[in-house]
Amino acid sequence: MDVIALSWWQLALAAVMVVALAGCTAAMRLGVGRSLLIAATRTVVQLALIGLVLEALFAAERLLWVALMALAMLLIAGREVMARQQRRLRGGWAFGIGTLAMFLSSFAVTVLTLTVIIGPDPWYRPQYAIPLLGMLLGNTMTGVALALDRLTESAWRQRGVIENRLMLGQPWQEAIGDIRREAMRSGLMPTINGMAAAGLVSLPGMMTGQILAGTAPGLAVKYQILIMFAIALGTGFGALAAVAAGSRRLFDSRERLRLDRLAPPRK
Amino acid sequence: MGAALRLEALSIGALRGVGLTLVPGEVVCLSGASGSGKSRLLRAIADLEPHKGEAWLGETPCASLPAHQWRARVMLVPAESHWWAEWVGEHLVTPPAEADLAALGFTAGVLEWEVARLSSGEKQRLALLRAITVLDQHPGEPGALLLDEPTANLDEATTRAVEAWLSERLRQRGWPTLWVAHDREQIRRVAHRHWQIEGQRLVEREPRPWT
Repeated sequence: MDVIALSWWQLALAAVMVVALAGCTAAMRLGVGRSLLIAATRTVVQLALIGLVLEALFAAERLLWVALMALAMLLIAGREVMARQQRRLRGGWAFGIGTLAMFLSSFAVTVLTLTVIIGPDPWYRPQYAIPLLGMLLGNTMTGVALALDRLTESAWRQRGVIENRLMLGQPWQEAIGDIRREAMRSGLMPTINGMAAAGLVSLPGMMTGQILAGTAPGLAVKYQILIMFAIALGTGFGALAAVAAGSRRLFDSRERLRLDRLAPPRK
Repeated sequence: MGAALRLEALSIGALRGVGLTLVPGEVVCLSGASGSGKSRLLRAIADLEPHKGEAWLGETPCASLPAHQWRARVMLVPAESHWWAEWVGEHLVTPPAEADLAALGFTAGVLEWEVARLSSGEKQRLALLRAITVLDQHPGEPGALLLDEPTANLDEATTRAVEAWLSERLRQRGWPTLWVAHDREQIRRVAHRHWQIEGQRLVEREPRPWT
């Protein structure tokens, strides 16, 4: 591969331009200069750290380390799903359901992709496993969080409708059926739109990165398609699990709508 | 036919140990100050809120049936109805009989009406009809009605028409009915018995307490 090595002074050049941008916005009193600089600094520190970790992981190539890394990523993703909900289920359920959905969406799909489709040797080879998992977690997180947020928010807003349907003798699954469908739709829409527009509106990030790093476009395209299918699978099954578990938790064993199980929205 | 509706030591909110038996076809009116817990009592009987005590329909205790089957028999019609689909007809499990529609002042065309165009009075009458069609699905089985101010949005003449239609249906099918009402004239017209919520208890009033 004929990769042009990127040196630190070249990155510094880009950094100087970001600082210049911050200077311009400060001069125009737009009030974003500070957050721009903080975000840029975080990017450098976080990516540098993860780079170090990945280098160490790649060098060691031990299943235990890969598994620990994956677990940490999963828990952070579960926490993130919970944090993005306005009205979350109380008592650890928001975190539990979020993490379970992320486990299904990303873990299962990553392991499946690694063992059945890509087949590196060993199958957990960190060079493949960690970026794949990271990409899946990052992309499916949005879908799962959107679906759950829509579910709890709609249930709260449409309490009267749900209860009136219960009064008419409908089972809870039917009473919340429309809301479940809506939640699934809003969770899956970004992924479906992304697939529909891929290559037309923008070149997907992973493919662009691979091409910049010297991979032949044909191969990069294949990997991109694989990733997009994996993301669609992960988002779909993750959102499905989250909506199924979340909506079940909104009702008790006597099929009563229990909105007291939702925490009030955060300000 | 028809079965009694029996409340056994039902407690919810401020109400404590409510015990009451409605014989088949009987209408019991329930009154009480705003916020005294009338609606919550109905919700407890329909098992929509956690509560203490038990409700029975004939020999069947609420807890012995899946909750949705209980609610399909012990039918609560709330004070404010809610609609989830675009057209009236989509909310009815079966097309209602012409006679029922006519008695409530509608024709069969109402099924094609848009829900968004309904007035509050039309909604209230259609919500009653919607509930009754569910009960009518199983003509052989016992049922009961819990009505939360079913005529609150209706004018005098329509109120009378709805009362007449309901009374006739209740008599035919033998449904015991708990009817939340404020209007003393209405209570006098429809009730066999009248209970009032006072503090934590239900107190029986004369059927004609104000005459």
